[in-house]
Amino acid sequence: MDITRFISTHRKLLLVGFPLLIILVFLATLPLYGGVYYTRLLTTILMYVVLSVSWAMFSGSTGYMSLAPAAFFGVGIYTTGFLQNTLPFPVIIPIGGLLSFMLALLVGMVTLRLRGIYFTIFTFGLVVFMSEVVAALESELFGRVGQHINQLPGETIFYAMLVTAVATLLAIYFIRRSRLGLAMLSIGGNEEAAAHMGVNTTRMKVLTFAISAFFMGLAGVIMAPVKVYIDPRIAFSLSYSFMPILMSIFGGMGQFYGPVVGAAVFGYLEKTLRGQFSTYFMLGFGIILVVVILFLPNGIAGLVPMLQGKLSGVIAKLRKGGKAEQHANT
Amino acid sequence: MRILEGQSVTKYFGGLAAVSKVDFHVDQGEIVGLIGPNGAGKTTLFNLISGALPLSSGEIRFKGQKLHGLKPHQICKMGLSRTFQETKVFSNMPVLQNVLVGAFFGSPNRVSGADAAGEVTQALEFVGLSAMSATPVIDLTLVDQKRVEVARALATKPELLLLDELMAGLNLTEISEAMELVTKIRDTGITIFMVEHVMKAIMGICGRIMVLHHGEQIAEGTCQEIACNKTVIDVYLGEEAHAGS
Repeated sequence: MDITRFISTHRKLLLVGFPLLIILVFLATLPLYGGVYYTRLLTTILMYVVLSVSWAMFSGSTGYMSLAPAAFFGVGIYTTGFLQNTLPFPVIIPIGGLLSFMLALLVGMVTLRLRGIYFTIFTFGLVVFMSEVVAALESELFGRVGQHINQLPGETIFYAMLVTAVATLLAIYFIRRSRLGLAMLSIGGNEEAAAHMGVNTTRMKVLTFAISAFFMGLAGVIMAPVKVYIDPRIAFSLSYSFMPILMSIFGGMGQFYGPVVGAAVFGYLEKTLRGQFSTYFMLGFGIILVVVILFLPNGIAGLVPMLQGKLSGVIAKLRKGGKAEQHANT
Repeated sequence: MRILEGQSVTKYFGGLAAVSKVDFHVDQGEIVGLIGPNGAGKTTLFNLISGALPLSSGEIRFKGQKLHGLKPHQICKMGLSRTFQETKVFSNMPVLQNVLVGAFFGSPNRVSGADAAGEVTQALEFVGLSAMSATPVIDLTLVDQKRVEVARALATKPELLLLDELMAGLNLTEISEAMELVTKIRDTGITIFMVEHVMKAIMGICGRIMVLHHGEQIAEGTCQEIACNKTVIDVYLGEEAHAGS
């Protein structure tokens, strides 16, 4: 009795929550039966989920196209590099996040006055700049560039990434629904109008840029042990900037789950296909992306409302047809 | 009481004085019209008041407080809101969310979700858009987008509302509806300062009119006075009378 009532009042929550719970249980138990390969694959996918969702939170809603994910991700990787022998891994994770957060605050305060392409180019430059800074720092500290990262068990890395991904998704889900999310959207809609409606646009932009950098930094710290060896070129590889963007576009930025879908699909494809068809992989990747941009401007997530619209159109037509028949009969 | 007051307000763009030594004031409860030929500096003056542009020299006071150095979002929270000549709606949101932004952020205090929702409902009803609250704002016609801007501005709970060519591009029926709306807003206690080219509307609802030409104020007075002012007829009204015939 109570259960049926509960089901009817929380139907939507259950419809979404139950599958999510199953996915979570599946992921949480994966290392038990998945083996090394799938644990590693899922770790990579979850990393892309964190990067894409945090990128889309800021850039997707405000319209400020940031190419900086690689900078914040790299800061995370190198936080592990510099601190691995002095601090335990679980302590390094939040430190990497905070360092990225602070870097983004600093950069944001200077550059978020720039609009459009200028901001994008600056964030691109930031990746290169950070890579140089870290190289200089490394040779100063250790007398050489590049270092080995202490190995950690694959399950440890996987669980750290899973917890981070869940935390990121929850945080960003609530940010998107909060007034901070509304403020970001209003900046994307029309920044001047947003300012005139009382939105402190500069503060909102800097804050959300830094929040997104925090999550990217976390992911960087956790991925470092997977890499075994790092140097600035590996840590600050621009593909960590481009992949999250492509995944977000592919998945669709309008919906919260869009970048998640994009990251899952492309993360999987990248891992599995790159090994077998390394030359053709990027080509296929590019073609798929062009097709999506041309025919699905709102990404895969944009398919859902489109199909819903079509479906309800068909149903309405059928009903109308039915009614017309009835009329004809009477 | 003077709610808005400007003294020798000046704005240079490079060497060009877009607004030059303009003195003006708006009293509480008034509807004041601002007219003048294209390029006279009307919108620039509005941008100076709302904080979109910094003053070159002079001073603007709102409720006795200097606006110098304040950002648009701070000025909005003080109770001064505006609409835009070229509609600047939040194109990526439905109507309701557009107005919600004003309700949430326009007030100096933190507004609860329930209060904001209430204000949005009220503002949408006031401008007659209740039925379209879920519609994406870009699907609306120009006149309805302008209504959204008015509702959004009203949701910030302003004491003074700047309307920048609210009636440009509207047909005759829409103009008289807009005139009614403006009067209705004034009747709720909100003071109005409006830029307008539609003389019928200006003459119909404004208590006082200010005329700008080449950035300078050339006349100020009641509708009657302005309509008979020779300089104004020469630089502005005359043109229109010819155009109308």
